Amino acid sequence: MDDKLIIAGREFNSRFILGSGKFSLNLINSVIKNADVEMITLALRRANTNGAGNILDFIPKNITLLPNTSGARTAAEAVRIARLARELGCGDFIKLEVINDSKYLMPDNFETIKATEILANEGFIVMPYMYPDLIAARQLANAGAATIMPLGAPIGSNKGLLTFEFIKILVDEISLPVIVDAGIGAPSQACQAMQSGVAAVMANTAIATSGNIALMAKSFKLAVEAGRLAYLSGLGRVLDYKAEASSPLTDFLED
Amino acid sequence: MEYTKMEHIDSEIMEKVLDLTNAYDYNSYTGKDVLNVLNKDYLNISDFAVLLSPPASEFLNEMALKAKYETRKHFGSSVCLFTPLYISNYCENHCTYCGFNCRNKIKRAKLTFEEIEQEYKSIAKTGLEEILILTGESRIKSDVEYIGEAVKLASKYFSTIGIEIYPLNTEEYEYLHKSGADFVSVYQETYNTNKYKQVHKNGPKSVFNYRFYAQERALKAGMRGVSFGVLLGLDDFRKDVFASGIHAHLTQQKYPHAEISFSTPRLRPYVNENNVISGVRESQLFQVMLAYRLFMPFAGLTISTRERSGFRDNVIGTCVTKISAGVKTSVGGHNEKEKGDAQFEIADPRSVGEIVKSIEKRGLQPVFTDYIRVI
Repeated sequence: MDDKLIIAGREFNSRFILGSGKFSLNLINSVIKNADVEMITLALRRANTNGAGNILDFIPKNITLLPNTSGARTAAEAVRIARLARELGCGDFIKLEVINDSKYLMPDNFETIKATEILANEGFIVMPYMYPDLIAARQLANAGAATIMPLGAPIGSNKGLLTFEFIKILVDEISLPVIVDAGIGAPSQACQAMQSGVAAVMANTAIATSGNIALMAKSFKLAVEAGRLAYLSGLGRVLDYKAEASSPLTDFLED
Repeated sequence: MEYTKMEHIDSEIMEKVLDLTNAYDYNSYTGKDVLNVLNKDYLNISDFAVLLSPPASEFLNEMALKAKYETRKHFGSSVCLFTPLYISNYCENHCTYCGFNCRNKIKRAKLTFEEIEQEYKSIAKTGLEEILILTGESRIKSDVEYIGEAVKLASKYFSTIGIEIYPLNTEEYEYLHKSGADFVSVYQETYNTNKYKQVHKNGPKSVFNYRFYAQERALKAGMRGVSFGVLLGLDDFRKDVFASGIHAHLTQQKYPHAEISFSTPRLRPYVNENNVISGVRESQLFQVMLAYRLFMPFAGLTISTRERSGFRDNVIGTCVTKISAGVKTSVGGHNEKEKGDAQFEIADPRSVGEIVKSIEKRGLQPVFTDYIRVI
């Protein structure tokens, strides 16, 4: 079955995006292999291009880099980080993060929309991280975003799909790929998100804090695939009350 | 006594911190209170008070398990590396606990810019990308312009520059920020105002309020992050740590973007005073560190070379997120020989390479840079 994730015309077989910020660098390769990922995030502030422990040295060349703007507190800072990423040869994809809250790391949708417009005009493939608000998502789409990346729960919380109802509204209303970014804590939650029609999920902490990182990576891959297949199949109805009547309830109608 | 040029800012934080600290009775809690706190997701000031209480010392392992999980969640396997560089040890303060105090007859020195650059080069060769520039507290011998030039030079060699110097006015912090510094460490030493007067006998540091609001002035000036802490052993450590935690908490609430971190120095022997002991046991120090981590799981926590290597190795990953390496507390000493005496004796003299190996051995990731300057 030909079912590719398409972002700004680029095709991906995998619908699982790996966040890299919380692993030991020497584990990245095995996580990539076990999860079969094709896209991995890269915190530019960690790219120690002049010295030791440079994450770029640990990511295989065939993997699409998704540099992020973590550390940016304003649209202007995010734009500068994105441009720096491009100068460093990280490509045109940019995971836009504008966070002005050091405690809960909540995204600033307003600044994110401003930065999206600037970066999209400069030819970046902008994948903005956002709080799942429909109005903001529409503005991001209008500003030139390539995807919408709503949070499921606070970053790093592993609390799952706390914002699920709002994410489903985005899936329903926004024509761009909707990718659940933060908060997913278990493969079952990734599966649930995929079943609802989100285009992909991203995870980092859930894998990094697991007991067996490589095995958990594989588990996420399978869960994402299972969820996608369920979505494509069309889930059966869930009955909330009693059983379904076996005889039609409309037999008495005569027209 | 009021010293010249001390800026006053309108803020309500100090009054709140001192009121809450005065009311803090750490003997009023039980083990049950501790267990209740350990079952919570988000901790408030009252919960922090519980974790610093004597009954909580019976639950160190439980606290450590939760702290380890929180540290992983927020920081992953990362452990950041940095080193301090003392560029001057002249001081105008008479602080009874410090080797740099102006009454202590030690070898005083101040590095020239040429010497500073040589030090930077030596440090940069070890792979470090983050530096903390320190001075004694003398506006005369190491004025703001001198420190600013040192910061500008540092920006040629390091991605992250912090300063641990005497408290400044907002516009002076602005100048240092523009010069390349982004992180400011100022430790209140003790929040007991009476004790503060006793141990800071003379000099500008004796003005409690001015020091208290240094972090706020730094943040108003555009600095990215500020560090808080007390000198453990100077006074009642539970009350002091409680106060520093609230100070940080209220500051973060007022400036949500601020990157907050803590340091937990214990009193150490220094030149001409070899018999100083902190009185705060290692298990109590660990309790303090765990309480900080659980109260503010997103905050950085730094471990200094005041502690032995075995302790330092075991707290990274559990609660500590930043560790110093290749440390000298004398003036200079990274390039050639020391030019001035040290502030205190260090307990972990390991090189950067040795610390890196130790981090990796624990399955953690040494991180040389975790900041990108885009001002």
